[in-house]
Amino acid sequence: MNFNFTEEQLMIQQAARDFAQRELIKDVIERDEKAEYPTQHVKTMAELGFLGMLVDPRWDGGGMDTVSYVLAMEEISKVDASCSVIMSVNNSLVCYGLEAFGNDVQREKYLKPLARGEKIGAFLLSEPEAGSDATRQHTLAEDKGDYYLVNGTKNWITNGNTAGTYLVIAQTHPEKGHKGINCLIVDRNSEGISVGPHENKMGMRSSDTHSVMFTDVKVPKENRIGEDGFGFKFAMKTLEGGRIGIAAQALGIASGALERAVQYAKERKAFGTVIANHQAIAFKLADMAVKVENARNLCLKAAWLKDQHLPYGVASSYAKYYAAEIAMEVTTQAVQIHGGYGYVKEYHVERLMREAKLTQIYEGTSEIQQIVISRDLLKD
Amino acid sequence: MKILVCMSNVPDTTTKVRFTDGNTRLDAAGIQWIINPWDELALTRALELKDAGAISAVEVINVGPALTEATLRKALAIGADKAWRIDAETADGYQVAQLLAQWLKDQAFDILLAGVESSDYNSSGVGIMLAALAGIPSVSNVSGLSIEGGQVILKREIEGGQQQLKAHGPFLAVVQKGIALEPRIPSMRGIMTARTKPLEVVPAHPVAARTAYQAFSLPQPKGSCRMVDPEQPDELFRLLHEEARVI
Ligand SMILES: Cc1cc2nc3c(=O)[nH]c(=O)nc-3n(C[C@H](O)[C@H](O)[C@H](O)COP(=O)(O)OP(=O)(O)OC[C@H]3O[C@@H](n4cnc5c(N)ncnc54)[C@H](O)[C@@H]3O)c2cc1C
Repeated sequence: MNFNFTEEQLMIQQAARDFAQRELIKDVIERDEKAEYPTQHVKTMAELGFLGMLVDPRWDGGGMDTVSYVLAMEEISKVDASCSVIMSVNNSLVCYGLEAFGNDVQREKYLKPLARGEKIGAFLLSEPEAGSDATRQHTLAEDKGDYYLVNGTKNWITNGNTAGTYLVIAQTHPEKGHKGINCLIVDRNSEGISVGPHENKMGMRSSDTHSVMFTDVKVPKENRIGEDGFGFKFAMKTLEGGRIGIAAQALGIASGALERAVQYAKERKAFGTVIANHQAIAFKLADMAVKVENARNLCLKAAWLKDQHLPYGVASSYAKYYAAEIAMEVTTQAVQIHGGYGYVKEYHVERLMREAKLTQIYEGTSEIQQIVISRDLLKD
Repeated sequence: MKILVCMSNVPDTTTKVRFTDGNTRLDAAGIQWIINPWDELALTRALELKDAGAISAVEVINVGPALTEATLRKALAIGADKAWRIDAETADGYQVAQLLAQWLKDQAFDILLAGVESSDYNSSGVGIMLAALAGIPSVSNVSGLSIEGGQVILKREIEGGQQQLKAHGPFLAVVQKGIALEPRIPSMRGIMTARTKPLEVVPAHPVAARTAYQAFSLPQPKGSCRMVDPEQPDELFRLLHEEARVI
């Protein structure tokens, strides 16, 4: 077991930290309040290579390992989870899905611009009536010979409005259930696509979340990923990796809150001394730190397994479940340590608390992670 | 035109400084090393000029032991074309300048950049000494460097104002704040290709140091008293609100 990071991994961590602490911090509160998309920051993330960092350089990516990705996600999420979710969806769902399961023609045409960050991707699985139970896809992709005709509505789509490339999960053979599902690469500009209004969210308000409607959208056959009926498996496999990204996001939200709480506890005075000298506060900090460190280790373990090409699906559920739960706990305590100041926007921790909540919901709710973990435990 | 950036390897600026050996030496245990901030700004400016097509190559050099290679590779990741390391443990700035000057004899750079000081020993001597030993002119307090139509233009900070001058190489500029806005963040591509770029290690000629540190001492911890200008009541309110947090 080697707990040392490589020189490159440390450099990536530092680069992400510098970017977050220098750039994202400047307008993070304002963007959150106005629910404003971080156009300029996304451009910088593309230039720095964060948006395609996991993709092989052959397809114009950064060629970094998953451990580096966890380090970068943590640093960016400490400051701004809206930016980190844009990065996570692009990297670990869209780019990964195309790289792992697409063919070379699809990679050339769609993966390259996504890896360079010239285009942003979105992953369209959830529907108004199919969230946790993704097998029940109502969106149809009818086989019309040389094209698919897509009709239906997708909900809660991160990057829904800004994306240039959609990966759409839809049902082709309803009689076959989840074995009839396909994943199609759809150009955002295709005729028949309309995007709903920006969701007015509790947190991560600077990321754009929309519903996307498809009305008789024609998608060429060659845009299907994998064999006919591979779509559900594709989604599940891709989400296994995506969970590492969101786990690292939750970790970053928690560690960002911890850093702020430690700092504040050393400055704020009450009853004649800094509050860090009150054991109730010091012990809270100790508990928060242990949770953050545990979450970090689970994230890095899942990332390491993926980098070693070992099975990582269950490990990524451990990481996502735990990191999301402790992110909620740690951010809540960080607000508590800040007292009244924690309840106003200026001190960031209330925002981190709102952001933490989402990590328990998307890319598999905490309950779904418990299902994955317990099924694995109980299987014969 | 080619630029050489002299780079010093210094403890991270947030390091808690401790001394050993009867307060004559820095305790390097657990220290994280970074590129000296002024040198990093110099490198950033050099790379901006290269991006603009005004410069053909940017190289960096450090006099130091093998452990400094991590920061040299960071410079390569940020965009330098080549890194050099003169393999020596040095005791003072004179030694560093001598070693650089000797190496420089066989090199052809048009512009040499050195930071105004290194953030560790703050001796502010290497740049000027190097220029003198290498027999080239030097310009101090440089806060701006541009190249227009092959013409190098320098901006200097002087008492009460600014000075602008033209220069032609080879010369050395001692640069300070302002030379670049913010140090450049390396891209993922840059980081991954840093190891494929040349990092040449050069043996050092023996050069003796001229000075030796006798003792270091840490400043007294800052007092808690803050003076506020009576004409600036807003500042007082801000401090009470944001820092003291009593209102
Ligand atoms: C801001 C935001 C961004 C999103 N981005 C995307 C995106 O880019 N792409 C995308 O496809 N989706 C996205 N989603 C959707 C997200 O993944 C779903 O909201 C999530 O999967 C939960 O689905 P649901 O909302 O339908 O809840 P439901 O599935 O209806 O769940 C409701 C509750 O029931 C629980 N539950 C459900 N089934 C079980 C069970 N079998 N056992 C125990 N408990 C259960 C859940 O855990 C939850 O607590 C996003 C959501 C949000 C809020």
